[in-house]
Amino acid sequence: MKDMKTKFSVKNIFRNQIFIPIAAMLLLLIFNLILDPSFFKVTLGYNSAGNPVLSGYLITILDSGSELAILAIGMTLVTAATGGQDISVGATAAIAGSVILRVLCGGNSRPEHMQAPIIVAFLVAVLASMLCGAFNGILVAYFKIQPMVATLILYTAGRSIAAWINNNELPVISDESFSYFGGFIPGICIPTPFLIALLCIIVTVLVMKFTTLGLYTQAVGINEHSSKLNGLNPIFIKFITFVILGVCVAVVGLIKVSRISTINYSVIAKDIEMDAILAVALGGNALGGGKFNMTASIIGAYVIQCLTTTLYKFNVQSDALPAYKAVVVILLVVSSAPTVRAWFTKTWAGITAKNVKEVG
Amino acid sequence: MKKKVLATLLATTMVFGLAACGNSSDSASTDTANDAATTDDAATADTTATDDAAAADDSASSGDLIKVGIINNDPNESGYRTANDKSMKEMFTAENGYEASFAYSLKNDEQITAAQKFIQDGVDYLLLSAADVSGWDSVLQDVADAGVRVILFDRTIDADESLYEASIVSDMAKEGETAVTWLKDQGLDEYNIIHLQGVMGSAAQVGRSGALDEAVKNDGWKLVTQQTAEWNAEKAQQIVQSVIDSGEKFNVIYAESDDMAKGAVAALDKANISHGVGKDVVVMGFDCNKWALEELLNQNWNYDGQCNPFQATYIDEVIKTIEGGGEVAEKTIIMDEKGFDATTITQDDVDSYGI
Repeated sequence: MKDMKTKFSVKNIFRNQIFIPIAAMLLLLIFNLILDPSFFKVTLGYNSAGNPVLSGYLITILDSGSELAILAIGMTLVTAATGGQDISVGATAAIAGSVILRVLCGGNSRPEHMQAPIIVAFLVAVLASMLCGAFNGILVAYFKIQPMVATLILYTAGRSIAAWINNNELPVISDESFSYFGGFIPGICIPTPFLIALLCIIVTVLVMKFTTLGLYTQAVGINEHSSKLNGLNPIFIKFITFVILGVCVAVVGLIKVSRISTINYSVIAKDIEMDAILAVALGGNALGGGKFNMTASIIGAYVIQCLTTTLYKFNVQSDALPAYKAVVVILLVVSSAPTVRAWFTKTWAGITAKNVKEVG
Repeated sequence: MKKKVLATLLATTMVFGLAACGNSSDSASTDTANDAATTDDAATADTTATDDAAAADDSASSGDLIKVGIINNDPNESGYRTANDKSMKEMFTAENGYEASFAYSLKNDEQITAAQKFIQDGVDYLLLSAADVSGWDSVLQDVADAGVRVILFDRTIDADESLYEASIVSDMAKEGETAVTWLKDQGLDEYNIIHLQGVMGSAAQVGRSGALDEAVKNDGWKLVTQQTAEWNAEKAQQIVQSVIDSGEKFNVIYAESDDMAKGAVAALDKANISHGVGKDVVVMGFDCNKWALEELLNQNWNYDGQCNPFQATYIDEVIKTIEGGGEVAEKTIIMDEKGFDATTITQDDVDSYGI
């Protein structure tokens, strides 16, 4: 951030990491503005419980993109520290969601009342999901297994474990208060998932500001050996990033099961790992580890949701969505290639130089 | 120190690895021996087949168990599959005269491997719910050569009819027709439908979409949107949310599964759009999950179409017929399936048909 203020100039815009996700977001918004300005309409209405709620495409984006934004936080750290990605987050979210329902139901799949306070259920889920993170972390940090291979284990087994936790039953929570986390808290017109995401972002900002986590993570990612020589413990730092991701995943699990008050083991949070990795990439972070920009990742997550919502709005077949995301990935990869970037900077320098001449 | 520990660990794993290799080669040789044995068995079985048929009643009463190998899809796939697997496990027990082994996979090649294993185990019947329709010819030929009889359930395959004894399936097209006929009978002033489809190309999607597409073409109904939510409640919620945000009018939600209907209803609740009996939006689902039927009972939804997962009783009948020396009259057995209306559903229906 300091960099931006002191060295802010047009030339540096293209170099700045945060440029890519913001440009992508603006592009999408302008596209929508031209084709249908009603995209920006936000109305205040009431839901069926009589509570005030905001609605509109923009609110939908903030609402549905929250899970991805929360995941992007953890995924950015893992990517920076290990130079690899965790592909088990969707399956772990299923486990976390399943644990929450199990604790709330207490073994009976259709309880009249919740058997435990939601906070207890959530904390147990956090614990479970931190354990999953720790498992991945140990494999990656201590046993030096490729992150994608190590997390493949839970990616394959996670959903079965989730089903096993609830004896293959599909519990349904009928209590109204459980749906607040994926809907609206009475009296507050902003979707709760967005508030939760905001809370996570604030916590992350504070952690980044007051601890050395960010610095250490980048140091390990850039050069593990030299960071070790400087007295850091790379194994522990890699391990801890996976555990932090585990906490993020538990939050996502809570929102996901709260949205529909039940769970479907095979489709809950499906393919979310790919979107989370895409968010990190969209944020301009090197997927090979090292320096990272958290803000860019979070904006990247909302860009993906903005793209999804835009495509739904124009009635694009939803099974074609991955194809559109693929196009974005291709553009992204190409535009972030060093040669293309150099060309951009050069061309821009050429244009400004010309302007200066004309003025002069 | 650490290095030493690591070295010993590595050494031990290597030794185990070697041992494992040794084992596997051993087992390979025993496998071939088994193969020979099974083919022998098959030969003797052929010669004594007629005797067997005659003695079938005796063997059942004398406590000889019928060995069945059941290849199913992953029970976590859906509530339907969970109920299906549960009913299988309840039916094929020692008390009912069966010795059952189960194999689960959503992948065809893994299912084929399981089938080959069941041949070696010498099962009498192979019950199969195939992941894909194609690729089964050669393995079923092997199964037939080994003298094992095949019964398909839930899903059909592209293979010669002679390779299996019976196929017990749902008629998805009929499920769709029942639902669409019901919708027609509601006599709404206009039909503006949000159509939430299952995974494109799956039998359930094709059957349930077909009937609605037909009605849309012939009766001037309007599809506000037709999207696949891939059986996913969250996706369904987003799609319906998108229609609500656009401000387009709609009065019917035709969701091809209960989960998707639930997601759609979550979006309706958020926007304060009333749904259910006598309300603004008609909600239709499929699969008859217990919780869905309860929504019907509370009149929050209007219709739920059944997809019968209880093939076990039908399979039991077929096996009894064959064991008794009889012939299965129809190769393709279509199960009874109902559609429930929120105005007429009773608690009894919920208890007996809910999965």
